[in-house]
Amino acid sequence: MKALRKYLGIVWLLLGPGSILFLAMQAAKKLSMPTSTVNDTLQWGIIIGIFVPIAFGLMIFGWYALQGEYDEAEA
Amino acid sequence: MANLTQPQPNLADVQSPSFNKVIRSVITASSVGTLIEWYDFYIFGSLATIISTQFFPEDKSSAALLSTLAIFAAGFIVRPFGALVFGRLGDIVGRKYTFLLTLLLMGGSTFCIGLIPGYKTIGVAAPILVLILRLIQGLALGGEYGGAATYVAEHSPVGKRGFYTSWIQTTATLGLFLSLGVILGTRSIMGVEKFTEWGWRIPFIVSMALVIVSVYIRLKMEESPLFSKLKKEGKTSTNPLKESFGKRENLKMVLLALFGAVMGQGVVWYTGQFYAQNFMETVAKIDFGQSRTIMLWAIAFATPFFVIFGWLSDQIGRKWIMLGGMALSILTVRPIYTEVLAITNPANKVEVEGKRSVATDLKAIEGSANQIEKTTTIKTFEDGMVMKEVKTDTLYSSGARAIKPVTKVEKVMGNSDNNMLIFLVFIQIIYVTMVYGPIAAFLVEMFPIKIRYTSMSLPYHIGNGVFGGLVPFISTLIIEYTKTPENPSGNPLAGLYYPMGIAIVSLIIGLIYLNNKADAEVMDNENAYLHHNK
Repeated sequence: MKALRKYLGIVWLLLGPGSILFLAMQAAKKLSMPTSTVNDTLQWGIIIGIFVPIAFGLMIFGWYALQGEYDEAEA
Repeated sequence: MANLTQPQPNLADVQSPSFNKVIRSVITASSVGTLIEWYDFYIFGSLATIISTQFFPEDKSSAALLSTLAIFAAGFIVRPFGALVFGRLGDIVGRKYTFLLTLLLMGGSTFCIGLIPGYKTIGVAAPILVLILRLIQGLALGGEYGGAATYVAEHSPVGKRGFYTSWIQTTATLGLFLSLGVILGTRSIMGVEKFTEWGWRIPFIVSMALVIVSVYIRLKMEESPLFSKLKKEGKTSTNPLKESFGKRENLKMVLLALFGAVMGQGVVWYTGQFYAQNFMETVAKIDFGQSRTIMLWAIAFATPFFVIFGWLSDQIGRKWIMLGGMALSILTVRPIYTEVLAITNPANKVEVEGKRSVATDLKAIEGSANQIEKTTTIKTFEDGMVMKEVKTDTLYSSGARAIKPVTKVEKVMGNSDNNMLIFLVFIQIIYVTMVYGPIAAFLVEMFPIKIRYTSMSLPYHIGNGVFGGLVPFISTLIIEYTKTPENPSGNPLAGLYYPMGIAIVSLIIGLIYLNNKADAEVMDNENAYLHHNK
């Protein structure tokens, strides 16, 4: 279990930037549509702006997990 | 006499009638205030359509932009920011005065929204004022919950924290119940026309009376005994933000709370309560009043389960109840929504012969030779469902018609389908009670007293405000992506992938990293949600 907790950290470390990349791609796709308005840009700006620090938090979580910070947890 | 100035009430205290009286007032004072805050926050959302026509007309681009900011910023940016501002204040000044302040800010801004003249009267100043007040609402909500949960938990004896704080947990759902009830009540008393014209202001103005009562009750309460003791000893934090998020040992618990519990809880909650209503209205096309009444009944039946699961979490631990709720939601949410679609699909029903009515109305368009043709078809089905279809078409003077007529469908379900829909929403709210009932106690027990308000408020509002609050937006967006020329209405169930995906990640993190053991003392610096091998 300890090893699983630790090595899953790599998944969380990668999931952070991965999710931001996915969001950015979706935003680019949506905003490049001819029907897109300045309102859509604002919405996507807010969403990406708020998710970047959260994704960074997920990376820190992954890093801590990889370093064994959560090794003491027992289900 | 119960001594609530002692950090932990002992067994004799807990069993004494005076203790019961005091803890009842603590729970009532905290819950009523929090209920009003939720009521205030929800009425804006529930009346969004009317508010947008009054303050944010779509043909004015600046107003539409402000509307987006009001909806998005208040929910996603300002709530976590409010958690930081008021969390810090609550850890420095105290719980009692901080959540009094948030209540006043919330009530005051709600009352003022009810008084602002519309766009037609004062122009762009109207949406700007609404935006400012909405931001204050979001800020206040960000500070309220952590204070109320902490306050009740710090009065609670060991082994009853889940039970006592679960009363706070009922308020978010009851706030929605109250807001829907007040809106439906006012609308039915005044009539739809008057309500749309000016009656929508009443639910906002009523809020002030509720706030005055709640402030009066809260003013009579004492500060939290654990916080008072800490303050007396001069051990309160001088910089709660730095201690909460700048120190590795606490930051790792903030992150674990967010990703292993609150993130999943947020999406389960918003799917069960808000997406359910949105789906019934916009996808299944159930009538405005009936979809809200279905929500009201489901909420009324399910609300006691917040307290039941809160109590149960004291007996068997918080982890398995919360993760159980997430797992059940992941497994059953798709079949539930498939059933909602099946129930409301006229193709699965038999129409009553000879009961169909069709009426056509022609109206000239002012200043042109063209006309608007409105065809209303009412179909009655054997199981009692009545479907109204209004097709609006433009008839050009040349004899041509609009390329794409607008068709609006509204269904009023028969009794048995109505009851089935209540049951399907009820099941989802049961999952909400499982994930949400124990979470206040869980969060309180994760963090030390001196930085508790700050530390628990931020993950709570990111999980609920951001992950949960985005459920309707992202789900609608995903449905949009599934639309193709061959299938112009898209996959109506695709919107569920977002909450299911987030809940799966949270469930995995919770399963692997969380401990089921609670902190019995709620006052140490060592975290019981991690097992320490000593």
